[in-house]
Amino acid sequence: MSDGARFAGGDVVLVLVEQHDGTPRGSALELLTAARALGTVHAVLLGQVSDAAVARLGAYGAVAVHVVGVPTPEASLPPAVAAVLAGLVDETGASTVLVASTFPNKELAARLALATGAGLVVDASAVQRGPEGRAVTTQQAFAASWTLRGEVTAARAVVALKPNAVHAAPVATPVLPPVITHDAAALFDGVPGARVRVMERTPRPESSRPDLGEAQVVVVGGRGVAGDFSPVEDLADALGGAVGATRVATDEGWISHETQVGQTGVTISPRLYIGAGVSGAVHHRGGMQASEVIVAVNDDADAPIFEFADFGVVGDLFTVLPQAAAEIRRLKAQG
Amino acid sequence: MRIVVCVKHVPDLQAERSFTADGRVDRSQGDGTLSELDEHAVEAALVLTETLGGEVTVVTVGPADAEDAVRRGLQMGAQHAVHVIDDAIAGSDVFGTALVLAAAIRRLDVEGGAEGGAEGGAEGGVDLVITGMAALDGLMSVLPSLLAAHLDLPQATLAAELTVADGVVRVRRDLDHVTEVLEAPLPAVVSVTDQANEPRYPNFKGIMAARKTPVTAWSLADLGIDPATVGDAGARTRVLEATPRPVRENRVLITDDGEAGLRLAAYLAENGLLG
Repeated sequence: MSDGARFAGGDVVLVLVEQHDGTPRGSALELLTAARALGTVHAVLLGQVSDAAVARLGAYGAVAVHVVGVPTPEASLPPAVAAVLAGLVDETGASTVLVASTFPNKELAARLALATGAGLVVDASAVQRGPEGRAVTTQQAFAASWTLRGEVTAARAVVALKPNAVHAAPVATPVLPPVITHDAAALFDGVPGARVRVMERTPRPESSRPDLGEAQVVVVGGRGVAGDFSPVEDLADALGGAVGATRVATDEGWISHETQVGQTGVTISPRLYIGAGVSGAVHHRGGMQASEVIVAVNDDADAPIFEFADFGVVGDLFTVLPQAAAEIRRLKAQG
Repeated sequence: MRIVVCVKHVPDLQAERSFTADGRVDRSQGDGTLSELDEHAVEAALVLTETLGGEVTVVTVGPADAEDAVRRGLQMGAQHAVHVIDDAIAGSDVFGTALVLAAAIRRLDVEGGAEGGAEGGAEGGVDLVITGMAALDGLMSVLPSLLAAHLDLPQATLAAELTVADGVVRVRRDLDHVTEVLEAPLPAVVSVTDQANEPRYPNFKGIMAARKTPVTAWSLADLGIDPATVGDAGARTRVLEATPRPVRENRVLITDDGEAGLRLAAYLAENGLLG
């Protein structure tokens, strides 16, 4: 069934593209950008795809777009998607598969690696080709207090790349990639352990703010907000950023659980992190310490977050944040 | 029902964690502990067997110290413990660990429980495999999927709520953009998040009982695993370099004198961070 010769141009890199409202997510464009440095980029989409989406994938370097139908809700669960990708790896002879590092994608990446004998790297912050053509990756470990560089020693690599790891950039001379439609039914039939039923699937309304995991700017509220997230939200809006929270704030019910930043919540690595009333406990640090610039506002001068913040303010967040937000709006209005 | 909980011994989060020169997690500090998130898995198993009947076996893979992790599981109330220990396992990546754990679960399934299980009253094979949502050292969150693949069982991971009725496990889980309810027939593999429950502290009775419970030790040979498929020999990735994060330089700390918000805005502007 191997048909690698069909796709000229060397090493094929498959990129799993996720969409929202018919548009590729920002993380997908980052993956395509990273993939271009590794080989010939083929995008893989599940479900429907619009002409505009195909053109956009071409603009970011995809030379082919594989579209796989999703006949049932179960067909988008990780074991099924892993089987689809394994089929496409076989068909294209791909050396590398890139996915965005989310929980479901990490699972499907693992199953795909198991099925194809590939090496697996999740939560990577960079991926390159090393000498001998191996995939060389960078990861953060132990609450981002260590950086690991590693190489995949197997012939194939499956890499889950963190959002914001790569700056998405279009290609100079895009092509309109051909769309290759695949019959999913055959693949899904063979999925091992596929006896799971999806009883309910409820999309949560996505906020008008950027996605927490992908945002360039994140403002986080902790215990110190004492139930009132309005200054945090206002500062986030002034900066066009997302709103996050610590475990304490979500456990208290001040804000929804999905906004929790930390080892067991969302892991973020934005260009700018602002923690308001956040102490900086190790569980939270594990989810944010890879941020480029860390700002902390806390009225407790002994808060651990001041030990690693780039810019720390010992003060009352309820006066400092509004003043900063107003000044930011004034500076931006000046251009 | 018979439940197997896979647990991991990890360096204490609060301690200075580091890597050895060859890129492995430094486990020499002696301050290891049961991965906190695995306590939620043990708790979930205990609650299920307390309501539905049955027994819990905690299983771990790792060097001698790792026995502490299954001991903790016994103290919480698990009936049996298995420790797979073999020098050839050192350096395993997640695929090696999954291979070993899957083999251990298969053996438990065949035996209908670890040694001593027969008197315990839970008949038959393994009904449910539970893990935590991630190990607090590697944080990969892929082990349950690999176990499900090896064992050819359905997977329902990241449960914020977990119930079992009529031979079906039901899981509610919150993903990035969607909330799902999944159902799978037993036997199945599930993982639970830290939202699923509040793990109990071992009580005196549990601690005393755990002291008397033997931990079954299995080697790779006991599980019929070729040493070349695990450990360094079987790993598909290798660490080239592990470096501690450089200390952040030029850090600024100010105390609000009434104008800290303005200074913060100026700092962001200077660094091109106004968005």
